[in-house]
Amino acid sequence: MGREVSESCIDSLLTEMVTTYCNRFYANKPELAARRIEAIGFQVGHQLSERYTMERPRFSDHLEAIKFICKDFWSELFKKQIDNLKTNHRGTFVLQDNRFRWLTHLSLDPTTENTEDPNGRSENKGAQVASMHLYFPCGIIRGALSNLGIPCAVSADISNLPQCSFVIRIKA
Amino acid sequence: MAPAGPRFGDAIFANVERVNAELFTLTYGAIVRQLLTDLEEVEEVNKQLDQMGYNIGIRLIDEFLAKSNVSRCVDFKETAEMIAKVGFKMFLGVSASVTNWDADGTCCGIVLEDNPLVDFVELPDTCQGLYYCNILSGVIRGALEMVSMKTEITWVRDMLRGDDAFELQVKLLKQVPEEYPYKDDE
Repeated sequence: MGREVSESCIDSLLTEMVTTYCNRFYANKPELAARRIEAIGFQVGHQLSERYTMERPRFSDHLEAIKFICKDFWSELFKKQIDNLKTNHRGTFVLQDNRFRWLTHLSLDPTTENTEDPNGRSENKGAQVASMHLYFPCGIIRGALSNLGIPCAVSADISNLPQCSFVIRIKA
Repeated sequence: MAPAGPRFGDAIFANVERVNAELFTLTYGAIVRQLLTDLEEVEEVNKQLDQMGYNIGIRLIDEFLAKSNVSRCVDFKETAEMIAKVGFKMFLGVSASVTNWDADGTCCGIVLEDNPLVDFVELPDTCQGLYYCNILSGVIRGALEMVSMKTEITWVRDMLRGDDAFELQVKLLKQVPEEYPYKDDE
């Protein structure tokens, strides 16, 4: 088995990275912060997929590459596979993780948020924080697929927390 | 409390949730790279990495205390040993050693021969002056500040700069007496 570090290392690093970009560098420009966080993810995904595909034959089609992301790639990162894969067979794939690790560690406890702000605005704030954290894994997936020669756009849907769906749209 | 033998840190590491170190290493590398692009000045990147580490350290100390279950260290020497043998092991899975004590026991070197942060890393010439692992010194500084110790931490050896190991010099500036939230009624 390869080298390991404590999970708190990666959790702390990701939290601090998001805080640095969202609160310190681009406090009033969330879209710029988002782009930087996505870029960091892209870089990581690109390098990881390079490493994990070194000894394997080329993928014959998009579906095979996506399956690799769902199984091997996801297992390396989260010690589990993607729970559900859907596709419209026209270049859109939805990868659903029923309990996405990087969201379960965020403190998005709705009860404490409601007491903080009775107008419910903080719920949006919580969603905002979560979406900032999601630019990183979206970037990872886009980076990994780009390394496999598949240009795409990736977004995330968290309307059913802690479930998270990543939507991949392959560019024709 | 004295660390319960050299295997103490191993035992804690074996029991924490662990992840693939490659993900951590590459993520850290990508962050440093992005900071270099965004901030341009190497000095500024050093400062940001230290700040990020500090912010992490002030939170990580709680986890350290909870999981290691250690009680108060009797002196700074014991504190340094604790960081090297238990702290590094518990989070990064590697242990460090403590050397180069000064006469009054307030300054020492923490030496890291194995450092997961730098796997696959090579610095280009344009990054001279970068303290790539500066986040680590920030973490230690932040964590120690939470247990009332003001420190100054500098890199004295860096393998990415051609040295034979990583060595952090940790200097105790002052020990702030602990303030209790309430006083005895008098």
